[in-house]
Amino acid sequence: MLNKTFFPRSKAMCCKRPFALNLFVGSPRQTIPLLAVLLIALFLLSLLVGRYPMPGLIAPNRIMEDVLAQRLVFNLRLPRLLTGLLLGITLGAAGMVFQLLFSNPLVEPSFLGVSQGAAFGAAFAILFLGGTALVTQISAAFFALTGLGFSYLLARRFRFGGWVLRLVLAGIAVSAFFSAGLSILKYLADPLTQLQEITFWLLGSLASITWPKLWSVLPASLIGLTVIYVYRWRLNLLSLNEQTSFSLGVAPGRERGLLILAAVVPTAALISISGMIGWVGLIIPHIARRLFHADTRYSLPGAILLGGIFTMLCDNLARALFAGEIPLGILTSLFGAIIFLLLMGSQPPRPRL
Amino acid sequence: MSAPILSIRHLTFGYYPGQPVLQDVHFSLQPSRVVVVLGANGAGKTTLLSLLLGWLTAWSGEIALQGTPLPQLSARERGRCMALVPQSEHTPFDYTALEYVLMGRAPHLPPLGMPSASDIEMAQQALAQVGIAPLAGRPVPQLSGGERQLMLLARALTQISPTNGEAPDNAPRLLLLDEPTAHLDLHNKARLIAIMRRLRDAGVTLLMTNHEPDVALAVADDVLLMAAGATPQFGAAEQVITADALSRLYQLPIRLIEVDGRKRVLWT
Repeated sequence: MLNKTFFPRSKAMCCKRPFALNLFVGSPRQTIPLLAVLLIALFLLSLLVGRYPMPGLIAPNRIMEDVLAQRLVFNLRLPRLLTGLLLGITLGAAGMVFQLLFSNPLVEPSFLGVSQGAAFGAAFAILFLGGTALVTQISAAFFALTGLGFSYLLARRFRFGGWVLRLVLAGIAVSAFFSAGLSILKYLADPLTQLQEITFWLLGSLASITWPKLWSVLPASLIGLTVIYVYRWRLNLLSLNEQTSFSLGVAPGRERGLLILAAVVPTAALISISGMIGWVGLIIPHIARRLFHADTRYSLPGAILLGGIFTMLCDNLARALFAGEIPLGILTSLFGAIIFLLLMGSQPPRPRL
Repeated sequence: MSAPILSIRHLTFGYYPGQPVLQDVHFSLQPSRVVVVLGANGAGKTTLLSLLLGWLTAWSGEIALQGTPLPQLSARERGRCMALVPQSEHTPFDYTALEYVLMGRAPHLPPLGMPSASDIEMAQQALAQVGIAPLAGRPVPQLSGGERQLMLLARALTQISPTNGEAPDNAPRLLLLDEPTAHLDLHNKARLIAIMRRLRDAGVTLLMTNHEPDVALAVADDVLLMAAGATPQFGAAEQVITADALSRLYQLPIRLIEVDGRKRVLWT
């Protein structure tokens, strides 16, 4: 009663919904299978989307008859779609892991020097190693992992703050170091050829994905994703402060280390073939938590499915919207930011029970 | 006297070399006892709890759980018989109180296992036991300080509840509470004391740090008195809590008076 007198409008305000974005009102148990079905349907549909023979959908019976269409669908679209799916899944899952382990909703998997390391490695390969696709990929992956290694070693040497804070600071320092290196390389690059190539890599794209590229990243990603998935409930424990998780029978150092590796290695492998894909790892976990609540038993599978759906959708637009390819990284950032803003302005889900 | 649950032998620890926080702490916890640790701010009470938990490693000395040195226990074994109620805990994520309490079941689950319906029931019962069952679906960041403290107690209760099928009597059960009454109102303080007594009678050993000698007088069987720079004093509550000892500890003229046959602390 007191509340009502003092805050007469509070009830009305709390029920106001600026945006009707609560599409998923059911319990996670119902929503997750629904999202899985949506993902599979989208995947099949995406195989048909493109600009051959004309912009739009290709007729399924045409794939049977037309040899060119067959090649296009199975040698170009299928590996690209699978890679896009894997990329989205990995960034969503790894982003969730990072935000939990660092108890910080602002970190993403490419943080800890991984992203800037990969960018530096790619630019380095384009400038000095001939810049063929394979060499660029290897160099990007190598420097991504080097960035992670540096961050880890630096964090161990810091004499300041707790372990998580030290990792964050080390990651920032290593990222700044590689980003300075990248700027130097850009400055040195031939503006007519190399600089364009570097810029295009930095914008991120799946246009050049082939089966061998997908095979080269598949084992690392699948192992990492499996580890993360079997940890889907236990991840909750790792989001608590270290002493608390220790008191709950967790070995925080070991288990955190394992999960950081399980998140970073697949991310490094995938961005080495896709280039920079922004925002997926940052916003997908937020959307998943918004829809499925914090409990990672549901929000992690949610982030996996949402990441796959989001990246596939963006990549469909990237390759089919215009005659020329739009860099995927631009679309993920653009739509990611829009969805994020809409969602944050909407009503959070009601606590279940 | 039966064998101690936890024996602490000549423990010395500090955060910086040459600056020990705890020196030669030596006592043992008997089963089914409530031990209250009294000490000034900064006397090392929370540090002692971290040591007992195994989170910090002592410079010298040993802690043994029913004869087994603490470092030799696996994380799961340790988690099953020893639970901590921390002073406070923050999470940026909107876990519901029930989800949070459910994490207490972790050491009882098989590796990578997930809580079952009976675990959820256990968590709900624990919330009911501490009197906040209606808050089960409330996000943790929206709980008040006192509600959060009760929720942390509920998590510890689910943690030391044996799983169906596990023999409840042979496993030692130890509850470490770090100033659990700090944010509680009088009603909830009384409830906490009642819960602590009930747990003790059910065979749980409790060790609580506290700043209120009155709480210690109400619930303690044994008391550990930690004065900065002196060897801690351990003994039965009636013997250790004297007007003299409290006056020295808090550097205030403190009197003990008797009301209705029970001792009370007068300090203002």
